[in-house]
Amino acid sequence: MSRDRAIDELIACWGEPHRVRAFMGTHRFPLVEGHLVTFVFIGNVDGVNLRHWVYGLESSTTLTRAPNTDIWHLTLEIPPSSRVEYKFEIEKSGHREWIEDPLNRARARDPFGANSVLQGAGYVVPEWTRPDPLARQGDLEPFHLESRAFGGRRGGHLYLPARFRRSRQYPLVVVHDGDDYIHYAEMMTVLNNLIHRLEIPEMLVAFISSSDRLREYADNEAHARYVTEELLPYIGRHFPLIDQPHGRALVGASFGGVASFSTACRYPGVWGRLLLQSGSFAFTDIGKRNRRGPLFDRVVEFVNGYRAEPKAVSQRIYVSCGVYESLIYENRSLVPLLDATGMQVRFTEARDGHNWQNWRDRLREGLSWLFPGPLLFVYE
Amino acid sequence: MSTHTPRSVVLLGAQRFEPTLGSVVDQLGVRGRIALITAGWQEREAEDEELSAHLGGQTVNLSLHARGNTVFAADHELSVAHRERQVLLRHLQEIYRIRLEHAFEAEREVAAYDAPAAIRDEVRQSSIEAIRTLDAWHVDHCLRVHDEFERKHKVASRPEVQRQREEIARALSDCTALAIAGGHVAVLLNRLDLFDLHELIGDHTVFAWSAGAMSVCDRVVLFHDDPPEGRVARQVLDVGLRLIPQAIPLPEPERRLDLAVTERVTLQARRFAPSLCLALPARSYVIWQGARFVAAQGAIELCATGETRPFALPATMKRASDSSPPDSLHAPIEAHDKPEATSTSTRRRKASEPRGTGKQR
Repeated sequence: MSRDRAIDELIACWGEPHRVRAFMGTHRFPLVEGHLVTFVFIGNVDGVNLRHWVYGLESSTTLTRAPNTDIWHLTLEIPPSSRVEYKFEIEKSGHREWIEDPLNRARARDPFGANSVLQGAGYVVPEWTRPDPLARQGDLEPFHLESRAFGGRRGGHLYLPARFRRSRQYPLVVVHDGDDYIHYAEMMTVLNNLIHRLEIPEMLVAFISSSDRLREYADNEAHARYVTEELLPYIGRHFPLIDQPHGRALVGASFGGVASFSTACRYPGVWGRLLLQSGSFAFTDIGKRNRRGPLFDRVVEFVNGYRAEPKAVSQRIYVSCGVYESLIYENRSLVPLLDATGMQVRFTEARDGHNWQNWRDRLREGLSWLFPGPLLFVYE
Repeated sequence: MSTHTPRSVVLLGAQRFEPTLGSVVDQLGVRGRIALITAGWQEREAEDEELSAHLGGQTVNLSLHARGNTVFAADHELSVAHRERQVLLRHLQEIYRIRLEHAFEAEREVAAYDAPAAIRDEVRQSSIEAIRTLDAWHVDHCLRVHDEFERKHKVASRPEVQRQREEIARALSDCTALAIAGGHVAVLLNRLDLFDLHELIGDHTVFAWSAGAMSVCDRVVLFHDDPPEGRVARQVLDVGLRLIPQAIPLPEPERRLDLAVTERVTLQARRFAPSLCLALPARSYVIWQGARFVAAQGAIELCATGETRPFALPATMKRASDSSPPDSLHAPIEAHDKPEATSTSTRRRKASEPRGTGKQR
């Protein structure tokens, strides 16, 4: 019997606890062997399904129980450098439960909890996403202002780079879903590190959030007015900003990407830099009905309108999307339109899904392309 | 025999993690106080304790960055004009960069094109010439901006500039050497230019590293082979003080250059010929005295063939120096070794003189 793959070795030693322990101690799970990845669950249950968010694969795939063992396994072909978030769905005594992979310590957190993470062959967590003891820490200050656009008090947190000086002028980056970018995309750490490494300039970053994001981020006039006519001047009154389009950026993921792009479209020429991650740019080629449901109606109307009359609204746009998310189609469709308007556009596809670690991993390339740091000028 | 002592200029590898400045200063027998220029550190200019301690505490910081701020605070008109000039220069740099990217793209395509052997080299050289023409265009326009600024604002004769310059001259007169540290090369160049350091340096021995090394040589070339935003073309920023003509130092090659890519090495060497492209890794140094290099250690020369090789002095010089640093930098040398007369004009005007035709080295 051929035992070329690790899972065969594990199955073969079942019944010999010391060998099983040795195997478990020397292997990481899932078992990654080149482009083949084997998911493993060990337990006396009635059934195990792999639940993942890879668009293009069946969202639920059943693991097979090796005869006379408690080993459940499933081997898939996963391209190198992929990141896949998943859970196991366990069936036992008529109950079903979604759990994180007990054999895999790699986790990704998001506003809904946590998922296990498959790191395909060649994927490594970028070292610039981890705290660097040499990098000076920026500060995060809360801010609040009265918004006429929304008719109430709004706020957020403003990132001030280490060694912030009022005698200097800074770019301003406004980040939608700011709390999530801070908590799930390590954006404070990323900013500290990239500034320390001179890969981006020192900048001010306004992290804003919405408790009603699906409405406010879907091409909402009040949101665009708030960000452009209230938040921007408010920060400009209190902090020294580069008062030019090239010094202003909007950042957002998913619906936040729509909020960023639609705000720039409502105020063309104001926001010179856009970073759009996995934007929910749903559109239709005929009719107005879209497969994603009524939440997307306003988005579809906006994107259809832009597709009918594309125009340059910014100067430089960085677009990224995971190839394992359904939005890859919409994002791929948008990029040539943006490009044809004369704006500078860079598009990155990642072997990843619609999640915060994907968006985290693209921040370095996106931010440094939108705002090249003084790296080219500083020789220590 | 002349007893004239030519100025010596020592270029060193980066000093941040492996400082060698002190030992080279000692090795060369330089005694007395050393003036420091740390303007490239900008607001951290005064944080020179470590550097000063490394040199035995016998230092005085010329504080060019702070002095520049004092000038701009006292002379509002100059400050506004200076800022406007910087904006204009940034635009020029960006336009040049955009044109350069396209020229490089063309050069890459031409290099990959399977041209008949009879015309291959000529075609390749012509695309390199196109890049050289762009470089020259950029430098020329920068110089025009500087000249116009000087003509209009007569910087050297403005009272606050004069006052600061006199103080710098006095501080320098108490020193035997000058050490120019790295940092932000554009800021450093600005301050060197504002106070016309080219004139004030006189015969002082100069030690310079990183951005400092770039600023005392010929054209200042910005480079990084692996920046996070993707490949960027190496680009000329401006001209330096030209204390060492026709040399382009490339500091921190360990971090910034991929010298294994022969195509890039070839292109760099041919693009900037006849200038010498010199990578300066940590612990390396070269010494220029009079009109020639007299010592070298650890520096790497980029060759038009795509190879890199340890920078070595020509054989005749080797015999003279035995490839070691001279015992003393103050030994008399032959009159014909004197450097070409230093112009009393600014480095900008001097730099705008016609350049070589750019034949391959």
